[in-house]
Amino acid sequence: MNGEEFEPRIIVFACNWCSYAGIDLAGTSRIRYPHNIRVVKTMCSSRVTPEMVLDALKNGADGVLITGCHPGDCHYISGNYLTLRRYYLLKKFLKQMGLEDRVALVWISASEGEKWAKVAKEFTEHIRKLGPLEIKEV
Amino acid sequence: MGKFKIAFYWCASCGGCEEAVVDLAEDILKVFDIADIVFWPVAMDFKKEDVENLPDKSIDVAFINGAIRLSEHEEMVKLLRSKSKLVVAFGSCAHLGGIPGLGNLWNKKFIFKRVYNEVPTVYNPEGTTPESKIKVKEGELELPEFWNTVRALDQVIEVDYYIPGCAPPPDVVKKAFETIFSGKLPPKGSVLGAENKALCDECPLNDTKPEKISLKDFKRIHQVKLDPEKCLLTQGVLCLGPVTRGGCGALCIKCGMPCTGCFGPLDKVRDFGARAMSFLASIFEYENEDDIKRVFEKIVDPVGWFYRYSLPKSLLERRNMKNIREEGER
Repeated sequence: MNGEEFEPRIIVFACNWCSYAGIDLAGTSRIRYPHNIRVVKTMCSSRVTPEMVLDALKNGADGVLITGCHPGDCHYISGNYLTLRRYYLLKKFLKQMGLEDRVALVWISASEGEKWAKVAKEFTEHIRKLGPLEIKEV
Repeated sequence: MGKFKIAFYWCASCGGCEEAVVDLAEDILKVFDIADIVFWPVAMDFKKEDVENLPDKSIDVAFINGAIRLSEHEEMVKLLRSKSKLVVAFGSCAHLGGIPGLGNLWNKKFIFKRVYNEVPTVYNPEGTTPESKIKVKEGELELPEFWNTVRALDQVIEVDYYIPGCAPPPDVVKKAFETIFSGKLPPKGSVLGAENKALCDECPLNDTKPEKISLKDFKRIHQVKLDPEKCLLTQGVLCLGPVTRGGCGALCIKCGMPCTGCFGPLDKVRDFGARAMSFLASIFEYENEDDIKRVFEKIVDPVGWFYRYSLPKSLLERRNMKNIREEGER
């Protein structure tokens, strides 16, 4: 980092119907959120498999944030419940791997631009404190 | 054409894969009819020099089992690679990292501390651990270096084919040998002796599996009296059949044990355990956070369940030791 402050790379998976719209709302409302965020749009939060999260961590992400519709609001009726179950299982696994703090799940609705900006700031600061992710040990 | 020249070698393994070769029973004689063994330390008297003295690419096929744990393993497989036309990863450890790969939850420091100091049956007041070099009266002695991370064979050398299983059942070994010696070789990187279909496809209990499995709870094998005629998943026992490569003939399930995934993932799957978690999450019916937490709380060792044979070949490869090292806890 050459003495500069560490800038984390954060991948955000956002569902098409709620969270992406919420993030978009933050943009159109000109609410600032950290530039560390890279948003990947998926049709539903349940499209985000554990494999995708691990892949992001392996390939340089310092943190991964999964976002989806609030429980009961899923466009596909039950997609976000599947996400929830997967998330808890993945979290248990990540805890054993010493990476529990690097992945989070939040519900962002299409009207929650403010909430999104707050979540993005908090998560970025949280990852910044944890420092860069380096798993390799020869 | 003359006889094939073949070599067998073992790295970090239990010896079960060597046994798997012998398990071919009388069929092994057919192997000897068409092939000469030029190196097989476990069964015949060969030394490293014998391999070094061979010309490059003079071995037709080298079958290597076991994961790469020590510097010695790395040195030997690199030597065999340079002497062999084909290298076949034999068994789960060489294919995916296997059981020794679970050592990736720790590193050298922790493993040595545990094995040479903490284990109740060990008496070691001076805290001696293996050193790679030590000076004695007669000169300097060397031991292989113990790596922090266990690796699968293809993370160290180029591997042409894989034979799955812990250990590979005789039928799978036989089929794989037939493919190799027939000369009709599949594309490089193929898994030999097994199909690209999930185990459920050949499982005798597959007919009893409903269209959609919906579980409220799951049980460990000692907590339930299993009905041997009914899909184990519907009885609440975690069976990894849906995500595991078939080809073994559902041997464990026929004995009333759930599949633990030794044949590894199907083609194009990059992380076996992630698929397993994804599949397990999908068969529970809970939508409430507390219920989900309560059920998954019962999985005390997710790595042991989902990555039993494949931790080194998973996307993360090993545990992040950063915080653990500082705390010094086990």
